[in-house]
Amino acid sequence: MSTTLWWASEEFWRKTAVWVTAFMAVVLIFLTFDSVKKITAGSQRVPAYTVINQRIYYRWNAERGMQEPVIGDEAPLFGQKLDADAAWALVDKGKLTIQARNCMNCHTLLGNGAYYAPDLTKAWLDPAWAAEPVRETLMLQFLLDPETNARGFGSNRKMPNLHLTEDEARGIIAYLKWMSAIDTNGFPRNFKPIAQPGD
Amino acid sequence: MQPGVIDSRNLSPGQRVAVKYFIAALVLFLAQVVFGLIIGLQYLMPDLFLGSLDFSTARMVHINAMIVWMLFGFIGSIYWLVEEEAGVSLVGQWLANLIFWVFSIAVSVVVVVYLFVQYGPGEHSSLWLINEGREYIEAPRWADIGIVVCMLAFFYNIAATFMKGKWSGISGVLVLDLVALAGLYLAGMFYSTNISMDQYWWWWVIHLWVEATWEVLVGCIMAWGLIKTIGAKRKIVTTWLYIEVALMFGSGILGLGHHYFWIGTPEYWLTVGGFFSALEPVPLVAMVVHAIYDAGVHRFKSGNHPALAWLIAHAFGNFFGAGVWGFMHTLPQINLYTHGTQWSASHGHLAFFGAYATINIAVFYLAIQKWRGNVWMSAGMPGNGWKWKWSLALLNLGMIGMTMALLISGYEQSFVERALGGSTWSAYFQAQQTAWFVQGMFWRQVFGYIFAIGTVLLIWDLLTVGRGEHRPQAQLEEVMTA
Ligand code: HEC
Ligand code: HEM
Ligand code: HEM
Ligand SMILES: [Fe+2]
Repeated sequence: MSTTLWWASEEFWRKTAVWVTAFMAVVLIFLTFDSVKKITAGSQRVPAYTVINQRIYYRWNAERGMQEPVIGDEAPLFGQKLDADAAWALVDKGKLTIQARNCMNCHTLLGNGAYYAPDLTKAWLDPAWAAEPVRETLMLQFLLDPETNARGFGSNRKMPNLHLTEDEARGIIAYLKWMSAIDTNGFPRNFKPIAQPGD
Repeated sequence: MQPGVIDSRNLSPGQRVAVKYFIAALVLFLAQVVFGLIIGLQYLMPDLFLGSLDFSTARMVHINAMIVWMLFGFIGSIYWLVEEEAGVSLVGQWLANLIFWVFSIAVSVVVVVYLFVQYGPGEHSSLWLINEGREYIEAPRWADIGIVVCMLAFFYNIAATFMKGKWSGISGVLVLDLVALAGLYLAGMFYSTNISMDQYWWWWVIHLWVEATWEVLVGCIMAWGLIKTIGAKRKIVTTWLYIEVALMFGSGILGLGHHYFWIGTPEYWLTVGGFFSALEPVPLVAMVVHAIYDAGVHRFKSGNHPALAWLIAHAFGNFFGAGVWGFMHTLPQINLYTHGTQWSASHGHLAFFGAYATINIAVFYLAIQKWRGNVWMSAGMPGNGWKWKWSLALLNLGMIGMTMALLISGYEQSFVERALGGSTWSAYFQAQQTAWFVQGMFWRQVFGYIFAIGTVLLIWDLLTVGRGEHRPQAQLEEVMTA
C-alpha cells in the first residue's frame, strides 16, 4: 500500500527488529568476554581456590559505599595448607556435592535458588558459628547431622540429614569459605560477620 | 464431521500430534499443582515428609513439571498451526510421533528418578544420572542431550514444512526464535566449579528464555491466535509482531544484567542491567494495547469465547506478572534488599502463570473445539459455560491471591532479614517467624487450594466442553454482523 506511512510499514519494522536484535546481541557478547575474564577464579573479584588458606573478612569500604571481602593472613582450613591443585580438588568436591544433593532447592547461593532456608553466600562468616576456633568443628558437626544440631532460632524448620560423607562435608565447608571471598557488590548488605582476630 | 464428537479425522496430521502434547502438558500441570501444594504446606508444617520427600525434591518436581508442560504446550501449539501457516501438511509425521514418545518417556524416567533416588554422591555421575542441582534445569545430563536431540528433530520438522510450503512474517520470526531458544539451552549444559561462572551462564538459559525467546514465541502464537479467534488482519498483526520483537529483544537481551548485580560480576552491570530491564515492561504494554485494541475493533466477538478470554488474560497477566511485578524489584537499589526473598517467588508465580500458563490454556481451548468438529463455543453454551467461567475465575483468583500473600511475606522478609538483620542465619529465621510473614504463607496456601480447584475444573471442562453440542462453530462474519 502506497498510503502507508514509513513508520507504520511492515518493512520498516522488520528491518528495525533485525538490527536492534543484532546490535543488542553483539553488545552482550562483548560484555560477556569482559565479564568472563573478571569472574574467572583467580581474578580480583573471584579469588583463586587457594584463598581457603587465608583468613577472610567482610569489611566496609567507605569509597565504594559497601562491604567487601578482604583477604587476610594465613589461616588454613582444618589446619592444613593446600597447594593450588589440592585446594581446587577440595572446593570442587564441595561444588559437586552441593549440586548432587540439590542444596539450591532449599537454599540460595549468591541469592539465587530457593527461599526455604538461609542464604549461604556468607555462611562461612555467619556469627552463629560462635567464634573462629570452633567454627570448622561446628560446621562439620552440623552438616553431618543437621537434625540433631538444629538451631531454627525458635522455628521448628529443620535441615534434613542428607547423609553427607565427611569428605563431602569438608568439601562443602571449603566451598563456603571460598564463596564468602567473592566480591558481590555489597550483597548481602549490612551483614554482621563473625568476630575474627584482627577485627 | 459431526459437531460435538471427538474425532481425530477433524484434525490435520500435525494437529493430531499437537493434541498428544496438550494432554501430556495437562497431566504435568496437574502434577505441578500437587507438588506446589506440598511445598507450600511444608512452610506451615515443616515436619511434613521430612527425610522422605524433602522440600528440595518436591520443589524440583514442582518447577520442572512447569518448565516441561509449558514447553510441551509450545511445541504442541507450533504443530497445531504449522500446516495452516505453511499451507502444506507436516513433512515428517512419523518422526513427530516418535519424538513425542521419546520425549515423554524420558520425562517420566527423569521424574521417577527424582522421586525415588532423589540425590546422589558428590560426583559427576550423579549429575549425569540423577539431577544437576541447578534450579529449573535440574534434569540430568543424559536428559539434556536427549532434549537437544528432540528439539533438533522438532526444529527440522517445522522448518522443513515451511520450506516445502510458504513462509510468512509470523513463521519467519517463529523459526528464528526457535533457533535461539534451542541454542540457549546449550549454555546450561556444562559444569563449573566456579559459582559465579555457573550462574552467569545459567541465567542465559533462564532469563533469555522467559524474557526474550519465550516472549517472542508467545507473540507469534498470539498473532496467529488473534487472526484465528477474532479474524484480525494479518498485515497489522505481523507489523505489531515486528514491533514487539524489536522492543522485547531491544530491552530483554541486555536486561539480563538485572541478574548480574550480586553474583561476582563487574559493577557496570548495575547500570546496564538496571537501565535495560527497566525498559522491559514497554513491549508488554504494547502487547496489551495490541490485543485489546484488536479485540475491541472486532467488538470482542469470537467463535471461541474461552480461548479469547484466556488470550486477554494472557495480555494482562504478562503485563502485570512480568512487567509490573518484575519492574518492582528490578532496580539494583531495590533488588539489593529483595534479592532471593519471597518477592522473587511472588513475581515468579504471577509472571509464569500470567504470561505462559494463560496462552497455553487458550490454545488448549482452540484445539478441543476443532477436535470436536468445530463445535459451537460462543455465547449460550450449555449451562451458560459455567465450567470454563468458574475455572477461569478460580485460577486467576487463586493466582492473584497467592501472589499478594507472597508479596506481603516478601516485604516483611526484605525489611527484617535483609535490611535490618543483614541476612544472617538468625536474621533469616527472625523474619520467617514475624506474624505477617507467617500470615502470608498461610494465605498463599489457602489461595493455592483455590487454584487447585480451578485446575481440576479446567481439566474437567476441557474433557467435556462441547460434548452433546450440535451447533457448529459461530462463523466470524456471522458474529460480526449479529
Ligand atoms: C530440604 C531443605 C534443605 C536442603 C536440601 C539443604 N538444606 Fe541446609 N538448611 C536447611 C534449613 C531449614 C536450615 C536451617 C536449619 C536450622 O536452623 O537448624 C539449613 C541450614 C544450613 C546451614 C547453616 C545456615 C547458615 O546460614 O550458615 C548450612 C551451612 C547449610 N544448611 C548447608 C547446606 C548444604 C551444603 C546443603 C546441600 C548439601 C543443604 N544445606 C541442603 C534446609 C536445607
Ligand atoms: C497450587 C498452587 C501453588 C503452590 C501452593 C505453589 C507453591 C510454591 C512454593 C512453596 C514454591 C517454593 C518457593 C520457595 O523457594 O520458597 C514455589 C516455587 C515456584 N512456583 Fe509454585 N506453587 C503453586 C502453583 C504454581 C503455578 C501455577 C506456577 C506457574 C505457572 C508456579 C510457579 C513457580 C515458580 C516459577 C517457582 C520458583 C520461584 C522462584 O524461585 O522464585 N507455581 N511454588
Ligand atoms: C514472562 C516473563 C517473566 C517470567 C516468567 C519471569 C520469571 C522470573 C522468575 C521465576 C524469577 C526467579 C528466578 C529464580 O528462581 O531465582 C525471576 C526473577 C527476576 N525477574 Fe522475572 N520474569 C519475567 C519477566 C521479568 C521482567 C519483565 C522483569 C523486569 C522488568 C523481571 C525482573 C526480575 C528480577 C529483577 C528478578 C530477580 C529477582 C531476585 O533478585 O531474586 N522479570 N523472574
Ligand atoms: Fe530476568
